[in-house]
This record gives sequence, structure tokens and C-alpha cells, in this order.
Amino acid sequence: MASETIALNVVNPAERPIGDRLHDWIVTVDHKKLGILYILYAMTFLVIGGIEATIIRIQLIVPHNHFVSPEVFNRMFTVHGTTMIFFVTMPVLFGFGTYLIPLMIGARDMAFPRLNALSLWLTAFGGLLLYYSFIGGNGLYGAGNAPDVGWFAYAPLTARAFSPGHSTDFWTLGLLVSGFGSIGTAVNFIATILCMRCTGMTLGKMPLLAWMNLVMAGMVILAVSPLTAAQMMLSIDRYLGGHFFDSQAGGSAVLWMHFFWIFGHPEVYILVIPAFAFVSEIIPVFSRKPIFGYPVMVAATVCIGFVSMSVWAHHMFTVGMSSYGNSFFVITTMIVGIPTGIKIFNWIGTMWGGKIQFKSPMLFCIAFLFQFLLAGLTGIMLSAAPFNWQLTASYFVVAHFHYMLVGAILFAIFGAFYYWFPKMSGRIYNETLATWHFWLFLIGFHLTFDFMHIPGVLGMPRRIYTYEAGRGWEIWNLIVSIGVVFQIAGILVFAFNLLRSLAKGDSAGSDPWDAWTLEWSTSSPPPEYNFARIPVVRSRRPLWDIKHPEDPDWKYE
Amino acid sequence: MSSAAITRPSNEPQWVLPSRGHVGMFTLIAAEFAIFTIFVVAYIFYIGKSMSGPAPKDVLDVPIFTTASLLSSSLTIHLAVRALRNAKVAAFGLWWFVTIALGAVFLVGTGRAWQHLIFEKGLTISTNLFGTTYYSLVGLHAFHVTVGLVILAMGMIFTLLGFVKQEHSVRAEIFSLYWHFVDVVWVIVFTVVYVIGR
Repeated sequence: MASETIALNVVNPAERPIGDRLHDWIVTVDHKKLGILYILYAMTFLVIGGIEATIIRIQLIVPHNHFVSPEVFNRMFTVHGTTMIFFVTMPVLFGFGTYLIPLMIGARDMAFPRLNALSLWLTAFGGLLLYYSFIGGNGLYGAGNAPDVGWFAYAPLTARAFSPGHSTDFWTLGLLVSGFGSIGTAVNFIATILCMRCTGMTLGKMPLLAWMNLVMAGMVILAVSPLTAAQMMLSIDRYLGGHFFDSQAGGSAVLWMHFFWIFGHPEVYILVIPAFAFVSEIIPVFSRKPIFGYPVMVAATVCIGFVSMSVWAHHMFTVGMSSYGNSFFVITTMIVGIPTGIKIFNWIGTMWGGKIQFKSPMLFCIAFLFQFLLAGLTGIMLSAAPFNWQLTASYFVVAHFHYMLVGAILFAIFGAFYYWFPKMSGRIYNETLATWHFWLFLIGFHLTFDFMHIPGVLGMPRRIYTYEAGRGWEIWNLIVSIGVVFQIAGILVFAFNLLRSLAKGDSAGSDPWDAWTLEWSTSSPPPEYNFARIPVVRSRRPLWDIKHPEDPDWKYE
Repeated sequence: MSSAAITRPSNEPQWVLPSRGHVGMFTLIAAEFAIFTIFVVAYIFYIGKSMSGPAPKDVLDVPIFTTASLLSSSLTIHLAVRALRNAKVAAFGLWWFVTIALGAVFLVGTGRAWQHLIFEKGLTISTNLFGTTYYSLVGLHAFHVTVGLVILAMGMIFTLLGFVKQEHSVRAEIFSLYWHFVDVVWVIVFTVVYVIGR
């Protein structure tokens, strides 16, 4: 299907001076450029956060290592966690959402393009504020210092007495500012998805990616705002002498834990639901079947959104809540397993009987299925309060949530990169290199995070900068650190592949995967106006209807 | 793209979607409610937990007059929007101005109450938990009133310069949602601070 184009009266972009082109990127309000900026920004921070993780693993490779000092180690795990959650995963998911949602619902841009740009730059500025603490963290008193209070920054460690200087303030401000950016993006996603759909695209005919991003945006509204409020309180404590979290004056350190995890647990689902969205788009296309159980998939997503709002205190079983409180959070946490289990069965049901094509996006999604299942199972283990009392704050927990964040979310993001790279760049990548990336990263991931469970069960606490020999932890820490080498190798292949394809890859054409959603109906990369004529849809797979006029989907839906 | 296969029959109903301005504002209000909820929860949680004086019942006067001003400004902004929808720009300008005046009365009243508390009763944000939670919650609300007043004042300037027409009534209406939200939050804050907490 040849894409129509509109002749715009502009100079060919390649002929314009580089300064002008860069200026275009800075002042742009186009959702596609902003989406790519989000993704590039997140990739930059992925490298930084990855370097921090590598420093942590080098320090722990053998007992009594002196690679970094205890102080630096504390800063590394704090900044690593904060960076990876707020400045890598969230922006990369927002980036894909910003890029794809208008294209998939047949719109020419987001509902509020300028708000979109504001959100991006707020997020970007938040990341710079966090990293400025390396330079300005100690104010006038000495050398640079980064926050070292852990990514959840429990009180009273964040009080002025225990965190002098400005490092904690930069952490607070960075999260506050990027939080405003996230709320702006969420407002934009919701308004776009509800108000900008093309003719005929009822809510029941939206691509699952749009549905899941709608749920994710709703969760950002309800979960990131409490974090914003809590950060304001922390700033009031630190700058105005308030007592919110000051137990000396009757304040409560536990209140901070509640406020943080009211944000912190839904945040995990804010990150994983867009990953579900990628998988829900990729698996059907490479199984050559429509998604199995579309309405159930939507219902399960909404259900996860609801239930995940009431599970936060499973992070706090050791705080000493009442047995009723513990039981409540055990039960709600276990209930989350039901809708997520439904999703896993739906994805398998989609693959069942399909003509599966094992291309790189699909490989990452299949790995996602296995790893997400395992991460969920260790999650169910940890949700049982008595088990949790034994293993909380151990490497078992670290392994569990990295299994979710890396094994599930990052794998889905890589799948999304390979799936939509041809659309964003207009180029096709090298499949052999992509397969190398997949296997290298898979091996590295399993070496690191499978074996990380074991020292946790053997009693190794998280956040220790070194450990005694002879406790049976050495071999596991060695294997875990060796896995990092494979992961780095995989990432290098990934970066090389995409950069090389960008420079001299073959033209991808508008629809390299023979896919069914609207973004593949326009050229690659899409023109600024996305669609010359706003599409009209009658089913969940509008491109299928166009390609198969003799047997369109809308006859059956 | 050939659209022959997916053209909709003409007998299907017209394609209507919600207004993005309304959806955007309602979503923003939901986020704001979440922020206020956390501050309200902290306030309620810390009622009576201060380890030193002064206590709320010793120092707080119930702000009946300013509360009445703020709540009635919801009515006046509603009248302003209705006037603009009917293309009565002069009436719009009048009600809009009354809204600003009522909001300003509320803000001045809050300022005077704070002055009284700080300089005569010796209650600051760092005095005790009551001071911390009181100034944070009431201050967060007053900040939202201030933002609303700035936007209202801009609308007033545009009206005086003659830019405001009937077609802008939707924008005025969307802003009025925010102003109603600020009022509703004050009802909650008033209940928590001056009824439950006192």
C-alpha cells in the first residue's frame, strides 16, 4: 500500500545547516522527535547507571575488596537505583509511548504538544539535578558528593543531622522535578488516548499498547503524586525545620516508608505495564495470529492497576505492623498474581498454533515470558510475610526485583527497540547481530541474576560494601560479577548494530513485519503530519482489513 | 493509503470524542487530589502528637468570613462562565472581577491569620508538629489559590483589552474546574484543620 504524502513547502531537511537542525530538536513539539529524545536521554543514563552497577559488582567480586570505599559504594547503589528507575526506565517507556500512541490511534500529535515538550525537559532537568550533586553535593564545604541514602531514602537517614551537605536535596529536587514531568506526560497520554482517536476507533478497538499506556498513565497520576507530596515534606523538614519525619519531635519515620511505598510499589507496575504493552503488540505479529483474549487482557490490566494500589506495605513486613495489616498486604499481593497469570496464559494462547517467526523482537518477548514468570514466582514467595521476614533486605530481594526490571522490563524494551527501530529510523538492522545481542545478554542476565538468589538465601544482606570470606558467598558473587561482562558485551553489540544500521542499513519500507496496527500504514520514518488522511478503522487490526478486503476482521468482532 | 475497504457506512453515528481540555484538567485535578490526600493524611495522623505547644485549640480562630468568600467565588465564576457562553462579555468581566476580589479576600485573610499566629502566638513551621503540618497543608492550598488568582488576573487583563469573546467560554469553563477544585479542597482542609483537628 503506497502511502500518500502531503507536499509541504519546506527545504529538504538534509540540506539545512546542522545548527538549524539541532535547533529544531531543541524547540520541537512533534511527538515523534520528543519520543526519540526521551529514548536517547534514557540510553545515556542507561550507560551511566550501568557503569555504577559495574562498579558495585567489581567491588563485590571477591571478599575484602578495596576497589571503592564504603562511602563511594553507598553513593553508587543509591544513584544506580534512582537513575535506573527514574531516568532510564520511565523515560524510555514514556518515549516509546509518546512516539507510538498518536501513530497507533491515528492522530497527528498528542493532545497537548507543548506540554509534551515541557514534560520531556522537566524530566531531563531532573536527571541533571541528580547528577549535579556529584559536583555541588557538599556545597561550599568540600569535594563533590552524591546522595548515599538508598533509593528509598528512609528517614531519619535523610535528616539534616545524618545527611549534611546538599546531596540529599539534589536527590529530592531531581525526583520532584522529574515527577512533575511524569505527571504532565500522564495527563497528556490520558487526554490523547481518550480524545484523539481516529474515526471508528472505539475503546474496544484500540491497540493494546494504547490501552495499557492509558492504565499506566492513570497509575502515574495516582502514584507519582504522593511521591511529589512526600518530597515536598522532606524538603520542608530539611530546609524549613519541619518535623514530618523527625522522631525527636514526635514525627514518624514509618510515615515516610508508607508514603514512599504508596508510590514505590505502583511504580513497579507503571514500569511493567508498558512492557506488557510491547509484548502484546509483538507476540501476535510474530505468531501471525490476533491477540488471544483481547477483552480479558484489558480487564486484567485494569485489575492490576487497581490491586497494585493496595499492596505497598509488603515492603514493610519487618516494620512491625499488626497481624491484620500483614495479612491484608499478603493477600492483596498474592491477588496480583491472578491477573498477571491471565496475561501470561493469553500470550501463550496467542502463540499456540501460530506460525511463530523467531526474529529478534520475538526472541526477546519469549525470554520475557519465562523471566517474567520466574520473577512473579519469587514475588509470590516474598509476599508471604513469614518468608519475607527471613529474606527481606537480602540479595534474594535484589535478585527478585532485578529479575523483574531486567529480565522482564528491559527484555521487553529491547524487543520494542528491534520491533519499532525500522519505523523510527526507516532502516532495517542486522538480524545476526541482533541475535548475538539476544544470546549474549540472555547468558549474562542468567549468570548474574539467577545466581544472585543464592547468596540471598545464604544470608547475604543487600547494600553491604564487602563481606567475610568463608560464608559460602564467594563463588556466587564471582559468578554474578562475571555475568556483567556478558551483559556489557550484549549492550555493545546492540549499540553497534543500531548505530551501523542508522548509517547504512537497508531501507525498511513502511511495513517490514507485515503488521496490523496503524503506525505501519504510514512511511518510515513517518512524516511530520503522520497521516496524510486521518484513517478510519472498523476493527482492532485496521491494516489486516486493508490487506485482506475479502476477509476483514470487523465481520467477526 | 487506499481507504476503500475501511470507509464507514454513512448511516453510522457521527464520531464524537470528549474534549481534551476537560479530560486534561480532570486528570490534573486527580493528580492534585492525590498530592493533597497525602498532606491531609499526614495532618490527621499527627493530630495531638506534638510534643510541645501551642496546640490548635489555643491558637486557631475559625476563618468563617474568608471561607464564605472563597466558597461564594465558586458561584461567581460559574456566573461569569455562563455569561460568556451567552456572549455577555461585560457581565463576564464583572463576575470575573468579583471572583478575583473574593479570592483575594481569602488570601489576605489567610495572610493575616498567619501573621497573627507567627508574631503573636509564636507558632512557626518549625515550632512543633502542629505548626509543620498546619502551615504545609494550608500553605499548599493557599499556593493553589495564588496560582488561580494569577490566571484569573490574566483573564481579566485580556477581558479589559477586549480580546475575550464568546468562543473563549470553553477555556474559561475549563479554568473554572480548577477554581471549583480549589474550593472543594478548602472544604476538606477546613474540616480537617478547624473542625476535626481543633
